[in-house]
Parts: sequence; C-alpha cells; structure tokens
Amino acid sequence: MLQEALVFLLDVSPSMHNLLPDVSKLCHMIIERKFFDNKSDEVAVVLFGTQDTNNELEKEVGGYEHVVVVRAIKVIADDIFEVLSDLPRGTTPGDFLDAIVVGMDLLIKKFGPTNKGKKRLCLVTNAQHPIKEPDEGTKDDQIDALCEQLKAHGMKLECIVARGKFTGVADKRIVNENDYLLSRFSGKGIARTVFVEDRASLLGAIQTRTVSPVTIFRGDLELSNVMKIKVWVYKKSVVERFPTLKKYSDKAPPNSKFSTHEVKVDFEYKSKDNPNNIVPPEQRIRGYRYGPQVVPISSAELEALKFKPEKGIKLLGFTNASNIRRHQYMRDTYVFIPEPGNRKAILAVSTMARAMKNANKVSILRCVWRQGQGNVVVGVLTPNLSSSDNIPDSFYFNILPFAEDVREFHFPSFNKLPLSRQPNEKQQGAADNLVKMLDLVPSGKGEALRPEVTPNPVLEVHDLFTLYYLR
Amino acid sequence: MDYDPDNLFRDDEEDPEGEFFQERESSKEFVVYLIDARPEMLAQDAGKSESHFHAANRCITESLKTLIINRDYDEVAICFFNTKEKKNMQDLDSVYVFNVPEREELDRPTARLIKEFSHIEEKFLTKIGSRNGIIPMTRENSLYNAIWVSQGLLRRGSSKNVDKRILLFTNEDDPFRHVDGATKSDMIRTTLQRAKDVQDLSISIELFPMCRPGTEFNTYKFYAELLGLEGEELSEFLPLAAEKIEDMVDQLKKRIFKKRVIRRMAFLIHDDMWIELNSYALIRPTSPGVITWLDSVSNTQLKSERSFICADTGTLLQEPMERFHLHKNEIVRFSLEELSEVKRISSVPLFLLGFKPTDCLKDYHNLKPSTFLYPSDEEIDGSTCIFVALYRAMLKYQRFALAFFGSSTHPQLVALVAQDDMIRNGVQLEPPGMHMIYLPYCNDIRSIEELQNHDSDTIPRATDDQIEKAMAVMKKLDLKEFSISQFANPALQRHYALLQVLALGDDVDELPEINDETLPDEEGMRRPGVVNALEGFKAAVYGENHDAEEAALEATKSGGEASKKRKAETAVKEAANYNWDDLAESGKLKDLTMPELKNYLAAHNLPVTGKKDALISRILTHLGK
Repeated sequence: MLQEALVFLLDVSPSMHNLLPDVSKLCHMIIERKFFDNKSDEVAVVLFGTQDTNNELEKEVGGYEHVVVVRAIKVIADDIFEVLSDLPRGTTPGDFLDAIVVGMDLLIKKFGPTNKGKKRLCLVTNAQHPIKEPDEGTKDDQIDALCEQLKAHGMKLECIVARGKFTGVADKRIVNENDYLLSRFSGKGIARTVFVEDRASLLGAIQTRTVSPVTIFRGDLELSNVMKIKVWVYKKSVVERFPTLKKYSDKAPPNSKFSTHEVKVDFEYKSKDNPNNIVPPEQRIRGYRYGPQVVPISSAELEALKFKPEKGIKLLGFTNASNIRRHQYMRDTYVFIPEPGNRKAILAVSTMARAMKNANKVSILRCVWRQGQGNVVVGVLTPNLSSSDNIPDSFYFNILPFAEDVREFHFPSFNKLPLSRQPNEKQQGAADNLVKMLDLVPSGKGEALRPEVTPNPVLEVHDLFTLYYLR
Repeated sequence: MDYDPDNLFRDDEEDPEGEFFQERESSKEFVVYLIDARPEMLAQDAGKSESHFHAANRCITESLKTLIINRDYDEVAICFFNTKEKKNMQDLDSVYVFNVPEREELDRPTARLIKEFSHIEEKFLTKIGSRNGIIPMTRENSLYNAIWVSQGLLRRGSSKNVDKRILLFTNEDDPFRHVDGATKSDMIRTTLQRAKDVQDLSISIELFPMCRPGTEFNTYKFYAELLGLEGEELSEFLPLAAEKIEDMVDQLKKRIFKKRVIRRMAFLIHDDMWIELNSYALIRPTSPGVITWLDSVSNTQLKSERSFICADTGTLLQEPMERFHLHKNEIVRFSLEELSEVKRISSVPLFLLGFKPTDCLKDYHNLKPSTFLYPSDEEIDGSTCIFVALYRAMLKYQRFALAFFGSSTHPQLVALVAQDDMIRNGVQLEPPGMHMIYLPYCNDIRSIEELQNHDSDTIPRATDDQIEKAMAVMKKLDLKEFSISQFANPALQRHYALLQVLALGDDVDELPEINDETLPDEEGMRRPGVVNALEGFKAAVYGENHDAEEAALEATKSGGEASKKRKAETAVKEAANYNWDDLAESGKLKDLTMPELKNYLAAHNLPVTGKKDALISRILTHLGK
C-alpha cells in the first residue's frame, strides 16, 4: 500500500550552491527515515535553475525551461542516494513556480485524483530570483489556480526558504514579491512555508517521519450541563522513539535464504519453591504488595471493583495563570482543536481562548478520554491564539499532578545562606553579564535552537550509521 | 478484551523509560514515630475539632499508607510517651510501644497496623492513657525513657545500609519547665547525653514541633541542643508555626519523608567552570505498586524466566547481543555496543548552551515530569555561590537557561527555569532552585493545528462582545485558591482501599466509596449567577436557537441511521449470494475481497473492522468452524 508520494523540488541556481551540501543532507535524512518506516513510499527529484531542461511539460506545451526531472516517481531504491549525493551546480536563476507546476504534473500523471492527502511537494529554495510573468492573467491568478489544483488532488506543499545569512546579494524587491507569492500559497491552507536561517534549522525544517495523527478524544468540552463545545483532542508532543530493531539469531543457517534470523522470546512462570513446576498462564493471578503481604486480585475482581469514571471532559473552573507553574506539567502535551468544519465550535473556542488570554487565566479540566478507562486526569488548558487567518484558535492541555504525585521537600532559602556561600557584587555582576551575553535570541535575529526546528541528533546519527552499513 | 494490568493507571501509551519514574532508592529506612501523649497534646481548642495528637496521627497514618505501597522494605515502630500504661522491652515507665499481632515492634507496616492505628484515639484514653510530662517530686524522666526505648527499637541493622530515624512529635518546647534546681540540670544533662549516644549510633532525631496559634515553639529553650543544631542549621530550621492546623499538617507531611537525591551531577557552565548539583524528583506519577505473579492454586509467588529461541531452528540461545534491521531482504546487523555508541552524543552530563526569555518556553515544550536542581558544595567548592548568582540573574532578566542533558537513554535539550522561594503563612510553597524541564525535538512536535484545511473566510473569530460574555463566565467560575495537589487520585485511592480490604481479609462489600474530588462542583454550577453567565455566553457564540438547531442536526443523523439500515439490508442480500459454509470448508474465504467479507459480517451484525485475517477468523468463529 502506498504510504506517501514525495516530490523534492530543489533549487540549484548559482546563489544556492553553498547550501547544496546541506540540502542534500536534508533529503538524505528524509529518505533514510523512510527506509525504516515506510519502505513502499515513492519519491521523485526535480531540480530547477539547471543549465539543461528535461521535463515532460516542456516537451508537451513548451516553456518550463531549466527544470530537470532527475528521478521520476518510484519506490525508494539505492539510486536515489546517488542522485542526491551528486546534485549538479546549476547555472541559471531558478523559477520555483515552474518547478511546482512540473512537480504537480508528475503527481497528477502518476496518481490522478487518487491517494488524496498522501502526496507531498517539498520545495527548497532561497526564492531570490524573479518569477516569470504568466502568459495570461497575473501571478496571483496563476497561484490561485494552482491552489485549486493542489486542493482538488489532495496535494500538500511544503516550502523551505533559506533566508538570513543564506541570502547573498539579492534584490530586495524581488525577495519581497516572492515572499508574498509564497504566502499566497499558505494563505489557502494547503501549503506551509518555513523560513530557515541556519544549518540546524534547515535540517529540522521538515518532519523526517510523517505520522498521521489520531484523535485521543472527539466530543464535548463541557463547561456545564448547558454549555458544551465540540472539540477534537490530539497529542501535540510525543517522544519519537529510536526505531525498533529485531534481535538477531546467529544460530540460523547462515546462507539459507529462508532464514529469518529472528528470535522468539518465551516467558515461563515457575513456582519459587519448585523450579520444575511451570505454571500455565490461566493459573496465574496478579498479586499486589501490601507491606509484608502479597494480595492476590484476579482480573475479574479488579475489573469489577476498580474505579470506573464516565467518559467526558468537564470544566472544574478557571484560575489565574500564575497559580500553575510551568514545572508542574506532568507529561507530553495535548492540543484541543474545535471540531473541524463546525463554525460554532470554532467561534466558541476562539471566544474562550481570547477571553482567557485577555484575563491571563487558565482553565482546569477533568478528562476521561475513553469509556472504560480506569483513571482520570486533571490538567490545565491554556489558550493558543492562531496567528494565521486560516488556522482556528485552539488550546493546549497539560496534565497536572495529583496529591500523591507531589513530594514536597523543604529547601533552605538562598537568602538565609551564610554570606560566604552567597555571591558578592562582583560575582553577581559577572553572572548578570553571562546571562546577557549568552543570549540565544539576539535581537534582530531569530531564536537559536528552537525545539520546533532542532532535530534529534540520535535519530540523525542513527540514520547515517545505517547508511554506512548499507554501502 | 485482554486486560493489561500494567496500563491500569496510564492513559494509552507505554512508559518510555521505566527507570526514570522510579526513584533509585538503595538504602532502606527504619523509623520510630515517637508521639507525645501529654494531656496538652490531646486537648482540643474550643471550636477547633482537631487536637495536635490527632493531627500527628493523621500525618503518620498517611505516611504509613504511602510506605506500605511504595516502600515495603522500610520498617517502622510507633511509640507513645507520657502514657499511663507502659509497654516496652526495657519496662520503662510512661512509654508505650504500639503494635498489632503478627508483627515485631519494629517491622514493615501491615494493613492491620494502619487500620488499628488510624482508630487509636477511640480507645487511647481507656487502654493506654495520658499523663503529665515531667513533674516535680518524681525522678521520672519520660523523655529520657522515650529516647532510650526508641534506641532499643532501632538496635537491629547496620547503619551502613539502613537509615535510622526517630521522628519526635510534641507541642512542649520546654519539657523540664516544672522541675528546678539540681533535679532539672541533672535531668537535662542525662537526656542530652542519651540523645548524643543515640546520634553517635548514626540514628538521627528529627523534631516535629507543634504549637498553638499565638504561641511559639521556642527551639532554643531545649531542643536546639538536643538536636545538635548550630548556627546555619538552626537558621534553616523553620519552626512549625502555622495559623491553621491544616497548614501545620502540610508541613509535617513535607518533612516526614526523607529528602532523597536522585542523582548528583556536574554542570558545565563555561570553558572549565563546573558546578555540582543534586537533583530531586519532586513530582512523579505514583503507581499502584509492583505486580507479583502468584500461583492461583497455592497463592505462592512465581518467578518468571525468559528464554530466547531461534525462530528458524528452535535452538535455545544465550541472550542475543546483536540486533538487525531488514532492508530489502538484506540483513543489516548492529551490535549492542554500536547502538549505545550511537546514543552517546556527549560525555558531559549537563552543559549550558545559553539563555532565552521565558516566553520562548511554550506550553507544549513538555514531555515528562520536571526534575528539581539544588546546588551542593560537597565535592566542588563554590558551586552554591555560582548557582545562586546565575539563579538571581535569571530571575532578574526573566530568562531560562537552555542546556544539554546527556543521559544515556535519551539525551535531550532541557530548560532550566529558576524558581523563586515562595513562602505563605510560614509555609514554603515552592522551594528555591531550578526546575529542569525536558524539551522536545522537532521530531517530537506535531503541527496538529495546521492539519485541517480551512479557507480563511470560513474561520470566525470572537468579537469583543462575545469575549465579554466569556469573561463573565470566568469571573463566576474562578478557583481562587487553586493549587495543584488539592485532588487525590481517585483511581489510586480506590485501588489502595481495595488492597487494604483484601489484605485484612474483609468482605469487599465493605469497600468504602471513594469520594471523587475531581468532579466539578455540580451544586455551584447550578447557582443562578453561574447559569445566567453560561447562558449568556452560549447565546453570544451559538445564537439563540442553538438547541433547536442541534436537535434538527440530530434528526438528520437519525436519517443516517435509516441509511445504515438500508445498508444492512443490502449486505444481507449480497451475502446471500455465496455459500459461506462451502467457502469456509474449502478455505476459499481468503480469495474473497474485503468488501465481500464485510457483507457477511454486516449481515450478521458483527464488527467489520480489522485486517483480512481478522475478518476471516471472525467469520469462521461465527460459522462455528
């Protein structure tokens, strides 16, 4: 089954040359990750700003010069690494709009209207060369038409635009126009544009692994019996695991192609007094330690007597944001979005979120995500106001600890320490300076090491490592 | 449905790093709870229903409940002094060691101990009795006796691997006030000597001073010397002076558990400037305890044995040291060393990268509970000084520190957030120090908000008028005094109650109902002011006719049910085209397509979800094959 079709649209015009090694690395990372998770994905590579021209559109209708399809859409194989490792240095200024059209053409010809939502175009450019005027209409019209097509075919467009120190000598007017054109794409809700200013954020600009998120909960956020808001709840942050590897059996016949080399792990339960007595699973019963005793509880008993809350999300009340401290968040974060397409829900969430933001309040909720779940969570809902016209306002939700989860220890106040262990004026001055100097968000420049664009080095190194073994 | 006990108290995910959530507690503890039983301890203030004695017992009961679940290797003894009756090994007057059958005096807590201790007050006066403390004309020194008995209780176990503690609960700051002259100085001298002997045996004495409002527990009068508090320590010793008995109970609870360092680590600030930190787990999810498998016939404990079997040959293997990944039918092998090498990004445990304004720390930059950091000068002198300087600078400029935490299992970026010392009514609400918050990488963050395709014109935004209405609701439903940890976990409370009932052999019908504190205040929600505010908000965002519109929508949905019915009918018709028995017999079910299989399932009201194999086996089961 096809997971995803991905078309890389890579700008290789002269102003991009010094960036190409990193672009190549970014593509590598994505492909390597696919090797692990989605081996049947299909990938194409299109270059623009090249000296040559090679694409079907040019042959069919003319135009689309300096765009080369170096790899048509097909299942990932080793050849793609050769293509990516050896990106040719182009000689002409690249036209990213042409490249997008060529990429869309590839996807449409291959899949038609099928595989909606599983087709992705990934554009990497510095967008500093002029876009050609269209034969008819304006550039705006052209982009609107493209958006229609993207939407109709369920294609997504991700634009990674190199800016900041990556921009060499560039015509400000052109750059501004291009930014405007790209924003027109994102304004329609089918494209996402990321501006990157350094190597690390370039490598983190694309999710190397695409997950299709599932809702944790769909239903009412109950402010009370009378006032309810329809919401969908998703995970917002989840730890991405190291890919699982299988245990290797060296006892299997080495050269037989039927060898799977897999290892089965067996668990046997034996009584402590008599190790020869193997107890079958149905004869086992769960015991909980209670002081020196071990209290046996059968599954049926536990099921019958355990705590069984009703599914639902209920509001307990609002409180000042300062009553909740950041370090009290217990786990990964959830996001509450209004039920898609439900104008009333979108408006209600927006109203509540904006009111909370204005008054600097948060709300406390009690959530049971599923019927039959044996526990409840209490957590804090914080507003997330959207900065874009086509994204509704939403909430973030973090789980708070219960009384049992908090260990309150007393620590001596620093002011009460003997003076010899407190910093003097000079030392404090030095510390103040350090905090000011080691600023990771220098004014005028972007934030360094932003979590949103900082990839996990372990996953990255791991992928390279795999590659090393494959060669 | 298969029932997974381990996930009973988790949502829907497994625990990525089990060991992170379990405190590494190597040493065990022997604790003697030493409770003063003078009439003044038992006295109830007019209007106040709780005596100091009761408050102390409540704290101890709660801590015993925690111990019995989570630290079942710790041993405790409960000892009253200033009692009428005496019961102790040395046969000393005024000291009563409380115990229940089937238990040594110093032993692990049992269900019965907790149950009887929590009800002790009902029969305390008749069975054990209270008497005055040290009074003139007798040579009786009850405090001396109490310390001696406690020492006797703690004679077992080497101080190397056991922490021995005496927790002394009293509201008398001057136990020798009623005697004077040579008797007084003599008594004080012998008591102090006794306490010193105890401390020389590496037994710590900790004081839980209680006092009435308006009075002060003066540690200097006597106890400072007994505890050996000097200078700095004495200034750190906050007397438990609290307006409310509740606040005092909170403070007792805070001190009853020993502060345990989970890890000592070095923090690289700059070039070769290192400081030393201790980390503490102040917030960790409490689990229902470890599961031990039993043989249901004999109720004896089982041990599990794991064996590795080669899937190809069936040979029994040693634990395999290599892992592999199948890549296009080609096996790529990794050794365990290679894999751990990959994860080792840095050999420095924690190093500083820089500082950011606090608003850069977003609400979704969170993955697991934070860890608390407090400086220590034990190995690197001057650590505290540097830490405090950074801490103050961070508070001044509202910055947090970004650092890299090089753990071997999951190296990651962390935010170090300075927390100011917060004290209210003499109670420390937040200790001073830094909280280490584990940050996600971009791989861990999902852009859910952007998931849905919306045209900008379909997204309504709140008007000022609507926001006003929502503000009105917020005013009505304000939780002024909200603080975390005001709710007990109802699932856990239920589980503990169940364990206690079963451990005592009581009937499960006697299981007490758990009061679920996490439910909203229904009564408050029905107050007219609240209802009006909510109705106002509802009308403002949903319009006046919302309920009618919803009902109409509901009606169309039931129309959907009619279509469901039609679908079922078609399925029955379609399914009738096959001879299912024959297909099943000849094993030809697998040649049918998924929709064809689903027709059969739908026609027989069976679930239609799952993979093809699951569908086929469901059909076979239904056919009785």
